[in-house]
Amino acid sequence: MLRIDENTCIGCGICEENCPFGSIEMVDGLPVVGDSCNLCGACVEACDVEALTIDKGEAVKEKDDLDAYSGVWVFCEFARGTLAPVATELLGIGRTLADDRRVPLTAVLMGYQTGESASKLIGHGADRVYRVDDSALEMFTDDVYEKILSDLIIAHKPEVVLAGATAIGRSFIPGVATTVDAGLTADCTRLEIRQEDGILLQTRPAFGGNIMATIVCPDTRPQMATVRPKVMKELPFDSQRQGEIIDITPDAEKLTSRIEVLESVTEQQGKVNIQESDILVSGGRGLENEKGFELIAKLAEALGAKVSASRAVVDAGWIPYPHQVGQTGKTVAPKLYIACGISGAIQHVAGMQSSETIVAINRDEDAPIFNVADFGVVGDLYEVIPKLIDKIEEKRGQ
Amino acid sequence: MKIIVCVKQVPDAKDVRLDPETNTLAREGVESIMNPYDQHALEAGVSLKEETGGEVTVITMGPPQAEDVLRQAIACGADNGVLISDRKFAGADTWATSYTLARAIDTLGDFDLIICGKQAIDGDTAQVGPGLAMRLEIPYATCIQKIREAENSSIVMERMMDDGYDVLKSGFPLLISVVKDINHPRVPSLKGKMKAKKAEIRTLSAEDIGADPTCIGLPGSPTQVVKVFPPEPRGERAILTGTVDEQVEQLVERLKPYLV
Repeated sequence: MLRIDENTCIGCGICEENCPFGSIEMVDGLPVVGDSCNLCGACVEACDVEALTIDKGEAVKEKDDLDAYSGVWVFCEFARGTLAPVATELLGIGRTLADDRRVPLTAVLMGYQTGESASKLIGHGADRVYRVDDSALEMFTDDVYEKILSDLIIAHKPEVVLAGATAIGRSFIPGVATTVDAGLTADCTRLEIRQEDGILLQTRPAFGGNIMATIVCPDTRPQMATVRPKVMKELPFDSQRQGEIIDITPDAEKLTSRIEVLESVTEQQGKVNIQESDILVSGGRGLENEKGFELIAKLAEALGAKVSASRAVVDAGWIPYPHQVGQTGKTVAPKLYIACGISGAIQHVAGMQSSETIVAINRDEDAPIFNVADFGVVGDLYEVIPKLIDKIEEKRGQ
Repeated sequence: MKIIVCVKQVPDAKDVRLDPETNTLAREGVESIMNPYDQHALEAGVSLKEETGGEVTVITMGPPQAEDVLRQAIACGADNGVLISDRKFAGADTWATSYTLARAIDTLGDFDLIICGKQAIDGDTAQVGPGLAMRLEIPYATCIQKIREAENSSIVMERMMDDGYDVLKSGFPLLISVVKDINHPRVPSLKGKMKAKKAEIRTLSAEDIGADPTCIGLPGSPTQVVKVFPPEPRGERAILTGTVDEQVEQLVERLKPYLV
């Protein structure tokens, strides 16, 4: 629990101001902690006089033998016959972490008919690939994927395991973390090794992106994290890189799922997965009606982009949910995000603020979207966008 | 069918604003609500009960005031509410939370289906549902967008994937997490509200569920927050000026790197 040293506390109220959860209230010059406190430690950090401490109490969990774990692993997703782009992105950061720790980088490739993928993973930075290629892995099922990866982790004891924060990664990786009794941090945007003790610092947005939290797992191994697509940079492919490919053949019973996949349906191949797109053109309520998305689609086409949307227009039924960006939709981090007629509610911003460049087009110059935009155009999108399309095509023609 | 729905009380994100001066969350008047995804989980549970018979028990782990979301759930058609509450649970990460919920569900007895929301909007981790299923040693599927048919022995449903969906068939017991496409949560009826008011909420403490003190709350949490800080401010922001034509001209100039 959170302990307050009443003799040290100067009653300044900084802790109250810094509590992201509104759990501290100053009463008669002393902080009082409410039930909603989740011990995030923001107040401890903020306190200038060190009057606050987090007391872990008497109970102590058994520690893993940390030295028994070594090496950095990346789960490399292979679905519908292709390697997910996030796989090679993660090998990029995985290489950095492995070099910092002076340990090998291992890719775990699971799928069916993976072809040359293992060599590709080596070319992008892996020293070793564990390959599990079996028809039972053609369709994703949580229990089979979980069992195979958990068994490999238990057998080889890596110190770090990374996976993409995709539909597949976010679904079965928590199962793996439970089986191997490890801490797991979701949706990391930054990973680095703490030099003094070699621990993995995992940074992720919390509370809808309003605060960033750095998380560690000091006593358990492996240190597991899912990482958002498009955040890490892949290394250029090097055909000269050498590595080892080890084929793994699990027992048949481990390849049998308790859940049957009757059918796998791809919706307009490539059009819906907005998280993998380099450029997104996003429409909001400012479009005024469903037809507005025709214009958004035209701009997207001119830019080679995909179409995304705010919650309001998804709720209105103008465009299906897989296109939704924001806290209750998808988190995206494209190179370019163009928000058209989106006011910029905090939940929307939470889902797109990691984009490299943000452009906002909005009639209302006070719209909060302009606070996060790198470039803002104040004007009627029905006037601005057609002109923008013309100019883009003109530039391309040159 | 015996259905358990897991819900969480969270601060209402739409009330949360960033204080531009201190860069912290201005929290005055922030209300607590039932996590939006959990409202869809509840609706899925109640409509399944209406189709196949059975009962819906709603459980939550949280401080005493989390009882409010249980009453809200009963008003929307749930039969029972169970509050899992103890100061010892404070500071739990997803590992400790899934342990605690699993112990509580073991204490409650048999079930066929557990339904969770995809994730809670305060943490956004989506880890508790899968963790809970693993601890109960039952299969699970996440991000369910549609239940096609449900009988007493099996269920056919659609799981949302990044580029489409999979159609899954499973027996029971099973845990699913749902996305908001699955349904439209109902508004509580007057009768439901009356029932909720009178409903008796069972409370389970750490002792009641036989929890191992090293597996709950902060001591039971492998992940530790070491630093909390505001997001880095974005680079220079420019509102373009001039007529629409001039603004578009400037914009295209700046978008040049993206026009390959």
